[in-house]
Amino acid sequence: MASYSTNEFKGGLKIMLDGDPCAIIENEFVKPGKGQAFNRVKIRNLKTGRVIERTFKSGESVEAADVMDIDLQYLYSDGEFWHFMHPVSYEQQAADATAVGDATQWLKEQDMCMVTLWNGTPLAVTPPNFVYLAVTETDPGVRGDTSGGGGKPATLETGAVVRVPLFIEIGDVLKIDTRSGEYVSRARE
Amino acid sequence: MAAPDVLRLRARLLRRIRTFFDHAGVLEVDTPALSTAAVTTPQIASFGTAWQGPGPLHGQRLYLHTSPEFAMKRLLAAGSGSIYQLCKVFRDGESGCLHNPEFTLLEWYRTGYDHLDLMDEVERLLTRVLEGILPLAGVHHWAWRDLFIEFAGLDPFQAGIDEFASLLEAKHAVVPIGMQEAGLDDWRDLVMTHVIEPRLGTGLVFVRDYPASQAALARIRPGDPPVASRFEAYLNGVELANGFHELADPGEQRRRFEVELMQRAQGHLPLVPVDERLLHALSSGLPDCAGVALGLDRLLMLACGASCLSDVLAFPFERA
Repeated sequence: MASYSTNEFKGGLKIMLDGDPCAIIENEFVKPGKGQAFNRVKIRNLKTGRVIERTFKSGESVEAADVMDIDLQYLYSDGEFWHFMHPVSYEQQAADATAVGDATQWLKEQDMCMVTLWNGTPLAVTPPNFVYLAVTETDPGVRGDTSGGGGKPATLETGAVVRVPLFIEIGDVLKIDTRSGEYVSRARE
Repeated sequence: MAAPDVLRLRARLLRRIRTFFDHAGVLEVDTPALSTAAVTTPQIASFGTAWQGPGPLHGQRLYLHTSPEFAMKRLLAAGSGSIYQLCKVFRDGESGCLHNPEFTLLEWYRTGYDHLDLMDEVERLLTRVLEGILPLAGVHHWAWRDLFIEFAGLDPFQAGIDEFASLLEAKHAVVPIGMQEAGLDDWRDLVMTHVIEPRLGTGLVFVRDYPASQAALARIRPGDPPVASRFEAYLNGVELANGFHELADPGEQRRRFEVELMQRAQGHLPLVPVDERLLHALSSGLPDCAGVALGLDRLLMLACGASCLSDVLAFPFERA
């Protein structure tokens, strides 16, 4: 089984901790001149997203997590699983609701997503930074008001609800930043 | 690269240090960085290299010094009187915000001083060297034991490993990994670095009277418990200097080397040759003296108000 020594610790390294796959965010070397060295490490649990701090006695080894990120095309959801496909090998992966998490509200068929695999199984899904989604429901637009002040809620084709300017109408395609969940602009067709 | 201002400040600190010792009548010396012997302390790793010849030492394994201590003590035993040195030292496996594998030490020895006298001189030196650059926000003195009682809430001479572990996790949210086979001193170091050091605050803080098991090269004073005549100086929460009332007994020195070699064997660490020349010098008589080593790069870092050594080194390790 692959493992890493604390000497190999650096940001981005994937390790197993308490049975969960984790990513090292920050690694700090701590050592009294005449004493024992430690690695004080900030770690993100890749299953829960929670960030924790742990201190390793330097020289210890820890099991490596078999985690990798791949770009897959989103195909469809059958209600229980979200299905993705590799654009070259056509190999398919099915992610469950836990893995998809909040990404579900941004997933549009045929969009490319980053899927994090742990031991070959989807652990998390990251949508593209920007997605283009059509408005399916919103109050009637106020023509001429392009100021963007005020705003109103709009429901998108994926079910997501975002705050949009008053001039947006049903059928408009919007550019959305999935990291903040905010409206960016109206897409030019 | 360090800004020109930082390079100039470094030169200024060096000049002031040399002036300070010049006025105090302490002689500047320069001892070898390469030696056939190495430090035995399990927590300190030496860089090794091999001499290609010519001469009888052909093929000999040589070690870069981790401090000039052994060579300077040989000078003291030869009758040098009080001496100081500014030199590069090298420690394998130490790299981080406060560690660079090669760094500059200011090390000095005062004959006729004990560790208490030397603490006073460290304070005088820092006051003089930092004058107009970084005012010392107070000077505080702590016995090592009292520091643990005050800041960590436990008596480090009474508490066992279980108490250290539960206190760290419950009260200070420190959850260590890989401490199953760790000894009491490892736990004490964990509390020192994770609980006490962050609470030391600003100013110059002296910590003295370390446990006998952490004596390193200091004399041990009998008592209940016996304590080492060793001190550390922290400046604005950063460990800056370590000093001893120097052990002069060659028999005791050899025993400590042997214990450390045994600990190295148990920890599967490289076994290194003991410095027989130091032991021989001690046998011929080391004058009563105290010595201290002070990290110059850390001093410069603090003087600049920087938080990492990489901000003040001309070229940090990663770009050396």
